Amino acid sequence: MNVFMFYMFSGIILICSLLTITTRRILRAAVYLLCVLLATAGLYFMLNYQFMAAVQLTLYAGGIVVLIIFSILLTHHITHRFKHPNLAKLLMGIGAAAIGSGLVIATILSHPFQAGTAPELKVNMTEIGNQLLSTGKNGYVLPFELISILLLAAMIAAIVIAKKDKNKNSEI
Amino acid sequence: MIQGIPLEHFLIVSTIMFFIGVCGFIIRRNLITMLMAIELILNSVNINFVVFNRYLYPDQLQGQFFSLFIVGIAAAEASVAIALIINIYRKMQNIEVENVNELKF
Repeated sequence: MNVFMFYMFSGIILICSLLTITTRRILRAAVYLLCVLLATAGLYFMLNYQFMAAVQLTLYAGGIVVLIIFSILLTHHITHRFKHPNLAKLLMGIGAAAIGSGLVIATILSHPFQAGTAPELKVNMTEIGNQLLSTGKNGYVLPFELISILLLAAMIAAIVIAKKDKNKNSEI
Repeated sequence: MIQGIPLEHFLIVSTIMFFIGVCGFIIRRNLITMLMAIELILNSVNINFVVFNRYLYPDQLQGQFFSLFIVGIAAAEASVAIALIINIYRKMQNIEVENVNELKF
């Protein structure tokens, strides 16, 4: 059952990510991207990381995809189709992807991974919260604070960039 | 190890997804589609982190935290990129990268 679920999720991920970059309608590309992100959340559920899967569902599938669909609706006509990319660019892209994935897969298959033998940690919310905000061993308070500052800066930057300037003549 | 699925299968899936993202970034000329390709790349890296954490170091949570931070950075990046894209659309009426050449030397 687990094996079947894994291969189903992998199939959805691979097919939908291929369709994301090959479809000629941009709104469909966004929906295929949503399918990829949902299947990834399914993989996290299979690995028993419920919190990570919930973050994936709310932030990625709920937040970023909605943002992308909004911007598509603001900037495209619904009947818009892409032109076909020119042949040199297509060959270059496929060649780079094929060579790169071949190299990486060969490396992965030749490397012996030592599976961890340590006892499995029960991942619950208390554990995650304690480790995220502790300063001792296994503590992640510094990246936590850094990312909060980064998110604040990004929020202000997005507002400042996207805001219409009221009077274009006065230089600020 | 867990559930009868070897670690390599997860890694192969995420590798193929990563390079599909790279390929889309190269062949597409639309800013929003390129952004979607970047999201694919970041997502595949997330899968790698979580799977390594699960299979190789099940007594720690490092991979999970790093993928949490990557998700946060992806959200910030997407919001700023979409603000830029909307601004570019207001100025130039389309968002194909070939037409955005005002800053080109």
